[in-house]
Amino acid sequence: MSSEALAHDHAAEHAPPRGLMRWITTTNHKDIGTMYLVLSLIMFFVGGAMAMVIRAQLFRPDMQLVTPLFFNQMATMHGLIMIFGAVMPAFVGLANWMIPMMIGAPDMALPRLNNWSFWILPFAFTLLLITLFLPGGGPQGGWTMYVPFNLQLGYGFPFMIFAIHLMGISSVMGAINIIATILNMRAPGMTLMKMPLFVWAWLITAYLLIAVMPVLAGGVTMQLLDRYFGTHFFSVAGGGSPILWEHVFWFFGHPEVYIMILPAFGIISEIIPTFSRKPIFGYRSMVYALASIAFLSFIVWGHHMFVVGMPVAADLFFMFSTMLIAVPTGIKIFNWVATMWKGSLTFETPMLFAVAFIVLFTIGGFSGVMLALVPADFQYNNSYFVVAHFHYVLVTGAVFAIMAAVYYWLPKWTGHMYNEFWGKTHFWLSAIAANVLYFPMHFLGLAGMPRRIPDYPLQFANLNMVVSIGGFVFGLSQLIFVAVIFSCVRAGKKAEARAWEGARGLEWTLPSPAPYHSFSTPPEIA
Amino acid sequence: MVTRRRAIAGSLTILGALLSAAVLAAPARAASEYNLPYGVTPISHAVYRLHMLAFWMMCGIGVIVFGLIFYSVIFHRRSRHPVPAKFHENTVFEIVWTILPFFILVILAVPAARLLLRMENLRHSQLTVRITGYQWLWRYTYPRYGINVYSRLSNSSLAAVQYGRHLSPYAVPHYLRSVTHPMVVPTGEKIRLLVTGGDVIHAWWVPAFGLQIDGNPGLINAMWIKVLKPGVYRGACNQICGWGHGYMPIVVVAKPPKQFLAWVHHWRATHQGPGQGDFPPHPLGL
Ligand code: HEM
Ligand SMILES: [Cu+2]
Ligand SMILES: [Cu+2]
Repeated sequence: MSSEALAHDHAAEHAPPRGLMRWITTTNHKDIGTMYLVLSLIMFFVGGAMAMVIRAQLFRPDMQLVTPLFFNQMATMHGLIMIFGAVMPAFVGLANWMIPMMIGAPDMALPRLNNWSFWILPFAFTLLLITLFLPGGGPQGGWTMYVPFNLQLGYGFPFMIFAIHLMGISSVMGAINIIATILNMRAPGMTLMKMPLFVWAWLITAYLLIAVMPVLAGGVTMQLLDRYFGTHFFSVAGGGSPILWEHVFWFFGHPEVYIMILPAFGIISEIIPTFSRKPIFGYRSMVYALASIAFLSFIVWGHHMFVVGMPVAADLFFMFSTMLIAVPTGIKIFNWVATMWKGSLTFETPMLFAVAFIVLFTIGGFSGVMLALVPADFQYNNSYFVVAHFHYVLVTGAVFAIMAAVYYWLPKWTGHMYNEFWGKTHFWLSAIAANVLYFPMHFLGLAGMPRRIPDYPLQFANLNMVVSIGGFVFGLSQLIFVAVIFSCVRAGKKAEARAWEGARGLEWTLPSPAPYHSFSTPPEIA
Repeated sequence: MVTRRRAIAGSLTILGALLSAAVLAAPARAASEYNLPYGVTPISHAVYRLHMLAFWMMCGIGVIVFGLIFYSVIFHRRSRHPVPAKFHENTVFEIVWTILPFFILVILAVPAARLLLRMENLRHSQLTVRITGYQWLWRYTYPRYGINVYSRLSNSSLAAVQYGRHLSPYAVPHYLRSVTHPMVVPTGEKIRLLVTGGDVIHAWWVPAFGLQIDGNPGLINAMWIKVLKPGVYRGACNQICGWGHGYMPIVVVAKPPKQFLAWVHHWRATHQGPGQGDFPPHPLGL
């Protein structure tokens, strides 16, 4: 029997069950990747709906659309849902789909674990979302969950804690699986320094996840103990300190923001060379930059706490270490620009999102460096300037990278080309609206508008209206995204195996749509 | 033909650069609606200068980086540059763009560190005010004078935030930035602020003074101000502390020392006995 026929039999044997059971019992990396991506899209709209409530309430100073209590729940849940529900699962979904194909493996290393790590998530988000209907309402203290205020929550409190535990377990399991896959399942000849940068980025991200998710889990458990079991981790009266929570949280929180951007760096490092028709510039320095960003991300958490009242020496240390991160970040940006330089560029939708990513993420980096300056941060902290900063890095950064990735690999996933006109329309509307939405926030913050408030003095009225309009347009534009994805799944121009002529990498040697089991026999690595 | 296209593209680039420079420069020229206030303390002035230094440096780097990107987007597109180059490393460039940013950062770090040390130098203060945040009002205590001021959202703002209100926020002077009793301080004196929280964490932020400080329950943070100009300065709580968080503004009235003392005497004469320490019943009936 030829090896082809063998592979065929093998595939037939493992044909997935039909209907719902296929999705519940699946251990296939593509099925699981799809489920992660769909969950992420749903959560993107749930969190987005909350953002629309926030922006509607802030449209004018005299809005009384929702109560301040509900507003705070919206602001908090928006943050939690977008971070844990939209951005992180999207990256894990991309990892599931792409990593086995990129390294020449048949599937993930630990398929059953993979099934579990996904199926935990719907339960986690159900727990989190039902807090909105419980007495006392959902979480209200911001995604940062500062104590003692967080301990004042109603019945939603333990639900929130357990939801976070579940998300943490899911992330750690996913990370273990990704590390095991990358370290053990590479095709012969694919050395570490030959791996695609997306795979490198995820390898490092997975280590970050394993390092910090347990810290968050431990921290929220301490909150649980303080509330129900009479401990005093966070109360001064009992010998603890509320500042301890902030340290624990940000020791998780800062690496967490890099967990949300390193895979994005990986995506951009795949897309820019493809549409520049030129190999990535400085592959080695890209890998070293990723590693040093990951290392530095563990020693900068204090930059979120400059006004908390740390000793001067700590303020200085965190200021210098934070500024240092700008160096490897700069290296990455320069390398991308050098990759484009003297290439032969075309601007299909993935490339448009990728170029916008470089520009807009850099703006977020600029405000980041400004925020690192302690004396200036005494003004910026907790103002809309910070809100502008992290939306530039997270929305026009991480989310744009995810959208770029979706457009880039959709042909491989579905076997169809998406509609380029609507993809570009989606891009331009999103890119313009995002800037109308986030750029004026810099001004609002500098002028003195605090974040997380349901109403504001009249001097902030004009810019807030502009911001809200940008927000509504941005929100509505995302419907185009969904429509493009749906129509691409159902029909469209047939995609070739190498859907983009400039694309290199093993995933493009498989037919489109990719077969159910990726590489049953390892490919040859040049 | 090619040269004309080149010229058009070139002028477009320049136009784009100018436009973005204008947008970025707008905050520098316009007054406080778009930028940090220059403020009224020596610290706020220094913070403003540091902020502007950082801002212009970022603009400069932005012009270079974005200029390169847009140049490439325009001139290296396939229609103009059909055959891609093949290079993928250049040691000299890579070393330059590793070292150079480092030195640029040092230019920012040095003045920032010096200013921080100045801000943290609490010696030789002439007056101490203790500030305590509660859900949702502030208390100002002057240990030297035995004065205790509770400061909550003013009645007019309060009326305008109620459901079924009869008063529009647009009709309220200093909507959400006015209080029942302001904090009063003398001008020209170095005043030490001791900030804490009575229940949860709050943050005391007055932009005109160039700083904010968290008030952590059970812990005390210290900072200092020296107000150079008499006037009324407004701010707000800046750490989410519950549903009244948006409704606990800060108002500081700075008076020349003589008038400040007159205020002290007047306050003591009119707020005698234990009554002045009473915690006002919470008024936010939203
Ligand atoms: C050059 C790189 C960066 C620097 C120097 C930087 C610096 C900072 C600083 C100092 C703060 C604290 C501001 C404050 O609360 O007063 C901050 C906040 C934040 N940053 Fe960055 N940042 C950088 C990149 C990023 C990236 C890549 C992300 C995520 C993708 C990110 C996400 C955030 C978030 C979410 C917050 C706000 C957290 C909160 O208070 O809720 N930053 N950044
Ligand atoms: Cu951080
Ligand atoms: Cu507050």
